[in-house]
Order: sequence, then structure tokens, then C-alpha cells
Amino acid sequence: MNKTYEKYYVPAQSPWPIVGAVALFLIAFGAGNYVNEVTKQQPGFGGYMLAAGFVVLIFMLFGWFKNVIDESMSGLYSAQMDRSFRQGMSWFILSEVMFFMAFFGALFYGRVIALNWLSGGSNNAMTFEILWPGFEAMWPLLKTPGGIETQAMPATGLPLINTAILVISSITLHFAHTGLEQQKRGQLKLMLLITLLLGAVFLSLQVYEYIHAYRDLGLTLASGFYGNTFFLLTGFHGMHVTLGAIILLFVFFRVLKGHFTPEKHFAFQAAAWYWHFVDVVWLCLYVFVYVI
Amino acid sequence: MSAVVTDHEHDHEHHDHKPSGIKRWFYTTNHKDIGTMYLVFALVMFFIGGAMAMVIRAELFQPGMQFVEPNFFNQMTTVHGLIMVFGAVMPAFTGLANWMIPMMIGAPDMALPRMNNWSFWILPFAFLILLISLFMPGGGPSFGWTFYAPLSTTYSGDSTALFVFSVHIMGISSIMGAINVIVTIFNLRAPGMTWMKMPLFVWTWLITAFLLIMVMPVLAGAVTMVLTDKYFGTSFFDAAGGGDPVLFQHIFWFFGHPEVYIMILPAFGIVSSIVPTFARKPLFGYASMVYATSSIALLSFLVWAHHMFTTGMPVAGALFFMYCTMLIAVPTGVKVFNWVATMWRGAMTFEVPMMFALAFIVLFTIGGFSGLMLAITPADFQYHDTYFVVAHFHYVLVTGAVFSIIAAAYYWLPKWTGHMYDEKLGQWHFWCSLISVNLLFFPMHFVGLAGMPRRIPDYALQFADFNAFISIGGFLFGASQLIFVWLLVKCARGGEKATAQVWEGAEGLEWEVPSPAPYHTFETPPVIK
Repeated sequence: MNKTYEKYYVPAQSPWPIVGAVALFLIAFGAGNYVNEVTKQQPGFGGYMLAAGFVVLIFMLFGWFKNVIDESMSGLYSAQMDRSFRQGMSWFILSEVMFFMAFFGALFYGRVIALNWLSGGSNNAMTFEILWPGFEAMWPLLKTPGGIETQAMPATGLPLINTAILVISSITLHFAHTGLEQQKRGQLKLMLLITLLLGAVFLSLQVYEYIHAYRDLGLTLASGFYGNTFFLLTGFHGMHVTLGAIILLFVFFRVLKGHFTPEKHFAFQAAAWYWHFVDVVWLCLYVFVYVI
Repeated sequence: MSAVVTDHEHDHEHHDHKPSGIKRWFYTTNHKDIGTMYLVFALVMFFIGGAMAMVIRAELFQPGMQFVEPNFFNQMTTVHGLIMVFGAVMPAFTGLANWMIPMMIGAPDMALPRMNNWSFWILPFAFLILLISLFMPGGGPSFGWTFYAPLSTTYSGDSTALFVFSVHIMGISSIMGAINVIVTIFNLRAPGMTWMKMPLFVWTWLITAFLLIMVMPVLAGAVTMVLTDKYFGTSFFDAAGGGDPVLFQHIFWFFGHPEVYIMILPAFGIVSSIVPTFARKPLFGYASMVYATSSIALLSFLVWAHHMFTTGMPVAGALFFMYCTMLIAVPTGVKVFNWVATMWRGAMTFEVPMMFALAFIVLFTIGGFSGLMLAITPADFQYHDTYFVVAHFHYVLVTGAVFSIIAAAYYWLPKWTGHMYDEKLGQWHFWCSLISVNLLFFPMHFVGLAGMPRRIPDYALQFADFNAFISIGGFLFGASQLIFVWLLVKCARGGEKATAQVWEGAEGLEWEVPSPAPYHTFETPPVIK
């Protein structure tokens, strides 16, 4: 125990945080203007600013992570630093869980309470009679009180295949981890590569599913509460898969360069945690959005 | 409680160099620099938000429309609230956490120093966006800081998108700040600093950080739904599409109620540090304070719908939320009892930090009691959206949170600057603030109970006298804070040298390092006796 406390390490000054803050400013201010310009079809600088923000953000992430990796590889980090990183990542994942909880909560409220009340449930008989006579509560909500109609996305077929793909990718990632721990670099590389490919297949199938929803089913972001929750939950999940896959890609490159040891592999661990988390979110999503 | 063996005095000679120039502040990884930036930022935002409050009070000085348009008045109430909550109180507490937590637990710095700097620097940009939005065509956000749908969706202006994204990046900043605090406390405590030896400020901040991580993402979800409802045709909050505007209130207050505890728990920690020092007695009931703080935090997740009694909900729901809310009075009562019991037969002196802490105990309790009144569902039907509510939350936020922050500033200022502040000027600041703040907020209870609605730029004639009175109190309170700024500048520039312990009765690791605290406090862990 005493060994880990020998000397504290405080990193040197770094320009990257403020670059990151500028990036977020450009993204937030750009996006704020861009959504107005897009919805009103006006020309403006918002889109350029948003794009510039992402460029700066990516530049910042490269620079920041390069510093951290160099420091880590030159052995500057103690076991205590490693614990700080791990704990920080775990709490970050908890915050992500809560972000999805907001949307799952909205889904629950809409299905169990709002639709029931709109169709005259509880003590809302008059609301129903006066405002939305003839509205029938159902899930998926194929016809909104306002009269927008859509078709439901089936739970079998593509979504089921996608579920299998993500679950398998979690398993392959686990074997990549055991490969790393047992010094089997071949297994590590192969399994990590398979995980990445499965992630890419999943995302492609999601895109295909979206096209199918918009073109064939008439299921869009604007087709009422069912479409809202469907697209926001699967959409944010898809964004997280994309992010997780990018992180894994960089971990893969680092593996190819010979980084990570059985004892020290925080970046690998964090990427794996994130990937498993995204997988669990999908399982909840598959049950609550597609099946039930 | 705990003591440190400082045998590394000589180390500071060559380790205590500060980088110079503007880069020091842009690139820093030092918890004290970042803490200072947070505190200065909070003070600046306090005055910007305060200026908006002055506009509100000037307009309400007399009935009828005097100075501003109703739409601009609404922007002022909205942005005043947003700035004071997210720009003044929360950053001030984060600044105090940055400065004090590493010193209190014997850590060298925060656990993730670069991320710490990122969390800070996001904030000025986030509020720049919010302030720029005031100059958009159609004006800034005007739907109240609670941005209820459909005010923020169907009826809001173009600035809504800027509001949404600025809240997003504020949230990112808060979450990163909270992760840093939690990890620091879990991982960087000096050997021997066990959980039940931690100073209460550290305990309350640990629980606050947990609340932040749990609820800030929910706020992000809420603003995202507002954005898609307004711009992309979703209908989360629109009954025509199968949604429900009430859903907004549930999501918002699931964030919003823990949020108000985020703004008061660190205050409890501050008062629990100050009262024992000036009563020269250890804190009464340390363990019960820890448990009370934890229960308040847990209960905060079960009471959100008490903000929505008039929105309507099934009777069982109203009863559940009413009783859970009233239950919070128990742990809060434990805290107030413990502070008073700490002072019982103590050898008390009344320096400025103690005066503000005492004012906190009395005035926060008034705010707590009016909160209990509001918790009673049938009574709340009368109070809802009146000035009584405004009086309630300003008693807990201004004489609660803000007073505790000022008390903390006086308490630790000698540790930060190495100089004693001007005690006489501080007493002036205290008495001017105390009197004017009560002139300002106490009559609001009466006009509220008499039926004056909040967030309206004009009012019925019978409220004229009280409102003039309130406005005068408001201007005086605003002016009193200028004394504070003058005092801060004086103290930063010089003054009587402070000793390491500063206060005769002060105990804890932060009082065993020299004043001003060296740039890097602990390079090897201190030994806790």
C-alpha cells in the first residue's frame, strides 16, 4: 500500500484543455445558429462554425491523448493515477446511463401514463371527449391524437440480427481482453478486429433500417411519440456505438504498435467498459423499443 | 481531529515557483489556480446576474410599465435565474471544492488536473453564448429558468437553440467537475484519512458530486427534447403527437430538485467547518451530520413532483410527494440542531465568517420553514407561482447558499492570500447585507400570500408600497456587495500577515500548511494522527 503513495504525480501544464473549451464553444455556438438556419433555410455561418468546432475537437483529442500516451509509456504514471483514470471512467459511464434514463423515462411515461390519459384513462374522461374524441391508445402508437399515421418497426428480422451482432461483439471483445491478459497478442489482435468489424456491420444495418423506416414504413422523427422515442433512443445509441468504435479503433492501432501490458492497459479497459455499456443499453432498448 | 507532520518546509523553496504570464491561467493544472478562476468567474457572474435583478426591481418599483418591455422583463427573470444557478452559485462551490478539498484530505492536487482546467474554461464560453443570445432578433430566452414546455417549444424565439447548447456545455463542465471531486476524494486521501475522519465540507461535496453526476445528464436529456420538439418536429411535449407537456415538468424536476440540494449541501459543509472554529468546540454529532446529508440526498430523488401540485396528479401521487418532502425536514432539523448544540457553552467570538454562518443558520431555517408550508399540497394551491415562492427560494439560495459562500470566502481568504482581511469593513459588509437582504426578501412573503404572482412586470395597486420597499432593499443589497469587492481587492493586495492556523480554534489539514498556501501543497502524503 505504501508503495503507491511514494510520490504524487501532478501533470505539467497543458494547452489542450483550453483548446477543448474553444472547440466546445464553436460546436455549441455553431450548432445553435445552424439549427435555426437549417429549419428556416437561411444561409449563415453556423454550419461552418460547427464543422470548425469538430475539427478543433479532433485536433485537441489527438494532442491530448498523444501527451497522455507518451507520459504513460515513459512510465510516469503510478498505480494511483491508473486508479484515478479507472474511477473517472466508471463515473462517466454512470452519467451516460442517466442520460439514457431520461429518454427511457420519457418512453415509460408516454406509454403508461400520457397515452392512457389521452384516451380517457384515470379521471380524464372529459379531456378525451372534448379534445381527442375517437383517439385510441395503443403501442406502437400508429395513429397520433393529431392524426399522423405510421407503421411499426418489427422486432424480428433486422433488429434481432443487430442484437445478435452486438452481443457477439461484446463476447469477442472479452476474448480480446483475456488475450491481452494472457499475453496472446495474436488472439488480442484478431478478436479486437472482429469486434470492430461487427460494430461497423451493426452501424451499417442501423443506417439501412433508418432508410427502410423513412421510405417504406413512413416512420419518421416527426411521426408522433413512437417515432420520437424510436429515433432518439436508437439515434443516441448509434452515436455512442460510433464513438465506442472510434475509441476501439485507436486502441487497435495502439495494440498494433505494441502498447499495453497485462498489468497496465487503462485505455483498453476503458474502451471495453464503454463498449459493454453500449451493448447493455442496446439490450434494454431492444426490449423496450422493439419487443414490448 | 487530525494533524500533519510537516517536515518538508525546505522542499517548498525550490518547488514553489509559479509559471508567469497569461499562460499560467490558460494552461494551468494547479487546483489553486483553477479554484481561483472559478471563484472570480462566479463573482463576475454574480454581478451580471445581480444587474439583471436590479432591472427587475427597478421595473417593479412602481405599478405600471416603467422602464422595460414585458418581453425584456421575462428575459431578465429567465437569464437572472440561469446565471445565478449555473454561473454564480455552482461555480463558486466548485471553486471552493478545488481550493480546499485537496488541502483538507492531504492530496497534492485534484485527481484529474487537466480535465479540471477543461471543466473551468468551458464555463466562460457557455455563458458568453447565453449572454450573446440576449442580442438575437426576438431577444434571449424568456420562458423562465425552468423553461417549461410549451413556452420553450411552441412559443419560444430563435435564441432557444443557443440556450439549449449553452446548457449542454455547462452540463459537460459540471459533470467533469463532479467526476474530478469524487475521484479525488475516493483515491487521493492521505493514508489515515478514513471516511469518518473527513471534514464535513469534503463529505457534503462528495454527496453533491454524486447528485451532479446523477442529474446533470437528465437535464441534458430535457434540453435535447426541447430542441427536437422545437426544431425537428418531435412531440415529446405535445399532446397532438401523443406526448404530454407534463412530461417536461417531470423530467425537468427530476433534475431540478436534486439540483437545489446541489446548491445547499456544500453550504452545510461550510457552516459545519466555521461554527466549530469560532465556538472553539468540536462539531456536535459529526456522524449524524454525515448520515443526515446522505438521507437528504437520497430523499431528493423522491420529491420532484412537489413542484407540480397545481399541474395536477393523482391523489396518491400528491400524498406521496407531500410526505416525502416533509420527511426532509427531519435530517435538516438534525443539522440545525447540531450547529446550535455545537455553539452551546462554546467560547464564541464573532468574526465575519461566524456572523455570516450564524445568519445562515437563522435565515436558511426561515427558508426551510416556508418550504415546509409549500410542501403541504392543499396550501400549495394557494402559494404556487406567487411571490411567496420567490421569497422561499431566495431565503434558501441567497441567505442560504450565497451567505455560506461569502462566509467561506472570509473564512479561507487569509489562507488563500496570506493576509487578514479588513475586519471592520467585513462587519460593515455583513450588517449592510443582513439588513438589506431582509428588507428585500421578507416582504415578498406578504405580497405573495396576498396573491401577487411572480414573473409578471406589472401588479395590482395594493402591492405598491411593499414593492417599493422590496426594491429599495434590493438596491441596497446590490450596493452592499460592492463593499465585498473592495475588501477582496484590499486583502489580495496586502494586509496583516496571517498565521498558518489563522483562527485560534481552527482544526484540520488546511490550517497546518503556511498562509498563503504554497503553490503545491503536499508532494508526499502527510501523516494523519
